[in-house]
Amino acid sequence: MTIEYTKISGGTVYDPANGIDGLVRDLWIVDGRIVEPPTDPTVTPTKTIDASGLVVMPGGIDMHCHIAGPKVNVARKMRPEDKRKGEQIHRTNVTHSGTMGSVPSTFATGYKYIGMGYTTAFDAAIPPLGARHAHEEFEDTPCIDKGFYVLMGNNHYVMQSLQRNEPERLKAFIGWLLASTKGFAPKLVNPGGVEVWKSHQAGNVSGLHQKVDHFEVTPLQIIQGVARAADELKLPHAVHIHCNNLGMPGNWTTTLETMKALEGHRGHITHAQFHSYGGGDADENTFNSKVAPLAEYVNSHPNLTIDVGQVLFGETTSMTGDGPLGYYLSKVYGGKWFSGDTEMESGCGITPIKYKNKSLVHALQWAIGLEWYLLVEDPWRVVMSTDHPNGGSFLAYPQIIRMLMDRTYRQDILKTCHPLVRERSQLGDLNREYSLNEIAIITRAGPARILGLKHKGHLGPGADADITIYTPHENKEIMFELPRTVIKSGRVLVDQGEIREVLTGKTLHVDPNYDRDMEQGIQDWFEKYYSIRWRNYPVDLSYLHESEIVPMITSP
Amino acid sequence: MSASATALAEAPATEGSLKVIQDATCTFCGCVCDDIDLTVKDNHIIEAKRACVLGKAWFLNHKTEDRPSCLIDGQPASLEAGYDRAARILVEGKYPIIYGLSDSPCEAQRVAVSIADWINGTIDTTTSVCHGPSGMAFQGVGEVTCSLGEVINRGDMIMFWGSNPAESHPRHFTKYSLMPKGMFLPNGRKDRTCVIVDVRKTKSAKAADIFVQIKPRADFEGLWALRALSKGIDLDPVQVKRDTGVELAVWQDLMHRMKACKFGVIFFGMGLTMTRGKHANSEALLALTRDMNAYTRFVAKPNRGHGNVTGADNVVAWRTGYPFGVNHSRGYPRFNPGEYTTSDTLANGEADSGMTIACDPMANFSEPARRHLASIPYIALDTKETPTTRAAAVAFTVATYGIHTGGTVYRMDDVPIPLRPSCESPNPSDLEVLTQIERRVKALIGITG
Ligand code: SF4
Ligand SMILES: [Zn+2]
Repeated sequence: MTIEYTKISGGTVYDPANGIDGLVRDLWIVDGRIVEPPTDPTVTPTKTIDASGLVVMPGGIDMHCHIAGPKVNVARKMRPEDKRKGEQIHRTNVTHSGTMGSVPSTFATGYKYIGMGYTTAFDAAIPPLGARHAHEEFEDTPCIDKGFYVLMGNNHYVMQSLQRNEPERLKAFIGWLLASTKGFAPKLVNPGGVEVWKSHQAGNVSGLHQKVDHFEVTPLQIIQGVARAADELKLPHAVHIHCNNLGMPGNWTTTLETMKALEGHRGHITHAQFHSYGGGDADENTFNSKVAPLAEYVNSHPNLTIDVGQVLFGETTSMTGDGPLGYYLSKVYGGKWFSGDTEMESGCGITPIKYKNKSLVHALQWAIGLEWYLLVEDPWRVVMSTDHPNGGSFLAYPQIIRMLMDRTYRQDILKTCHPLVRERSQLGDLNREYSLNEIAIITRAGPARILGLKHKGHLGPGADADITIYTPHENKEIMFELPRTVIKSGRVLVDQGEIREVLTGKTLHVDPNYDRDMEQGIQDWFEKYYSIRWRNYPVDLSYLHESEIVPMITSP
Repeated sequence: MSASATALAEAPATEGSLKVIQDATCTFCGCVCDDIDLTVKDNHIIEAKRACVLGKAWFLNHKTEDRPSCLIDGQPASLEAGYDRAARILVEGKYPIIYGLSDSPCEAQRVAVSIADWINGTIDTTTSVCHGPSGMAFQGVGEVTCSLGEVINRGDMIMFWGSNPAESHPRHFTKYSLMPKGMFLPNGRKDRTCVIVDVRKTKSAKAADIFVQIKPRADFEGLWALRALSKGIDLDPVQVKRDTGVELAVWQDLMHRMKACKFGVIFFGMGLTMTRGKHANSEALLALTRDMNAYTRFVAKPNRGHGNVTGADNVVAWRTGYPFGVNHSRGYPRFNPGEYTTSDTLANGEADSGMTIACDPMANFSEPARRHLASIPYIALDTKETPTTRAAAVAFTVATYGIHTGGTVYRMDDVPIPLRPSCESPNPSDLEVLTQIERRVKALIGITG
């Protein structure tokens, strides 16, 4: 039997994980994976893709977006006006039709990601009770690999285990919950705050030390407890944290305290942009950037990673597992508002929003995001995200790349913003420009490493053959928005801007080892309070069509 | 695709022996009770523990009809011939419509939406004739809501508006809304106040602590009276009484209680959504609920009917971006209730071919709509013979979801629940029929994706 090779020949390769920074290299692919070049020089590939003069990178990885599951679908149902205005996705002989707007339909989501050279994406906030729904949508989100993080920062069992000081029970519960939902990582959203929202008018916690009533635990305990459990379970990705007080002036101190609370454990702070604000207590007139002290803390603490949550000017939809935040935003913007509380687990808030460059607050948010990219020294620990669709669409990534690689371009945008932005942020003084290699880190190699995905984000032997080929261009937005060729699992899905072939893509999930003796206690609790039966809760394997269990790491 | 539909299927009972299926799911109403223990003997369900009268009837009276799996023009035919003919009807139509879906699992609904996409057709669900107005109200103001477990654990003030769960959702009170002991309501019913607002004294009214009987078609006025009172606006007692049929003092007392509760819930039904005002009524109710969150926690929830109508909304929305009434004639989804909804495409004589899935428009639709449907070639999938299957060019007798076939259904609060089939059917599932038709449709029009 002969081996069928595909060869990508003569491309300029950026593979930072393997120390390759813009060198001409050939890549060989067999059965969807990258392999060593054949030792026998007479071997000829079945298929050759000529990449000479082109830039070759691993496929992009979005480690924080909202693309599937209950709240994403509610946003679709709630906003037909957004879809009518948006691009219409026409059916072809290989692809389904769809709609865009700020919350694209499932097929459109898959096609747009792959069309932009992204081959993997993680939904960041799935309530366990909605896990089955997320998996169903994943099967209809083609062309990319995907997974999700499981909301647990307001889970009653988590809080009860902490209240009773039972870390082993907490660890078992998290293992069980990830295995039952076929999820990927533990996610905290406004830990403790959502539970207070469920039981009080406009309820929330004000900071890390306020006790959540009934459970008598603090956000600090939840953060530390789950961070420790995630490490002890040796999960590939650390606890993924949406801090308390998102969006509030002065919230940077909460964020700094959260970072400090993670000392001794891994932790990922998500959409850091929304959590880096100075200013008086809820006083928008004193609103300013506090990225500098936070980035300095991150720079000196290798246990921490962040993604940015960049804001782009324009209309979008805010969607969050942070119920009280949704209430706050709906009052600020005055538009329609959805709030959905999920029993025992989580909350959800959705409202349309618009970021304006003439608004001081919005322009500062935009500048603060860019400051994060430019002030974190180690690109391996800062990841590109818009918190799609919260800060803007994932389709803005090429524009963000241009802003990072071209300081004149970003200074020109800064000039159109509210004039006080220059005083209240240091963006105007930052001259750093990203290299292509650094872009390859923050959009693929870095997130793969942070997520513990050994087969992704690089082009060495054994890696998934998820590869994007770009035509170099002076304007980096143009270069990155329309890749020449996109290869997923060794198959050419996109060529010359058109989808040639589709595949379903894998669901990435974990199957942690946990103390099964703890299950009886979980079941007793579950049967007392849930509205569905214990046996009908876990998502069975039939919902995973193509899937891969990502192994635990050897040490955190 | 079919893997998930059959995964929870358990080995069929061998002859004469009893088999128990635990925690099976009843799909008869939007409660989607998933705690039914079924006893099966000789491929028949002989006991359905915990099911209500409607659920028992659904499980126990259910029988596989002695009827061909496929009829073409009323004559028995092979499934293969039926699939071929069905695909041709759909592909040859200029304005094909697909309608129904609310009594099928999501797995089958997904294939139906695919077919509509491939044939540039219109897809619509029974939402358009029941809770469509609440869907549109939701698009106007949003919604503050929760899963049913939150009602169990926190709901201390439970209101029903234009909804009669005692008859339509028999286990609603006991399982979710009134009787259960919850985390923060240890005494169950004693810890809750139940208010029922309706135009007539329904069976449910007996369960109420406070029954408010409003004038017929005065829902909108009643809701606006409450909205005004919530904001402290003075109202004229004479006018309020005249407009709503209820004394102002009653509304005032109700608002006082609503503000004083900790977690209020308003369930609403077709008594609100399908009477005068339709989506303005739903919008007023959703707006009132939102207003109440300035004082306490308050949520609203439509009491949806059919077993998986909520799944249909979700599937159509995630695939097209819109929840029902979606037209693909331009090669991409467009949404316009009143234009692309099935009762309209039929009554206006636009549809020229179609497919109905587990629904009976020939029994329920307006005379012009029925007359037009009878005049066009269409395919009907149903578990039994109905006026709609009788007039169909191709009629498939399909297995019953939740009894013969598995899959996923969404409860009225959007919680997805798996089905546990208990018996075998000689007929194919709707998923199987739709998958076969889709395969042929794709071949006929050259879809390779
Ligand atoms: S309440 Fe509805 S779902 Fe529950 S058993 Fe009765 S009919 Fe079935
Ligand atoms: Zn997010």
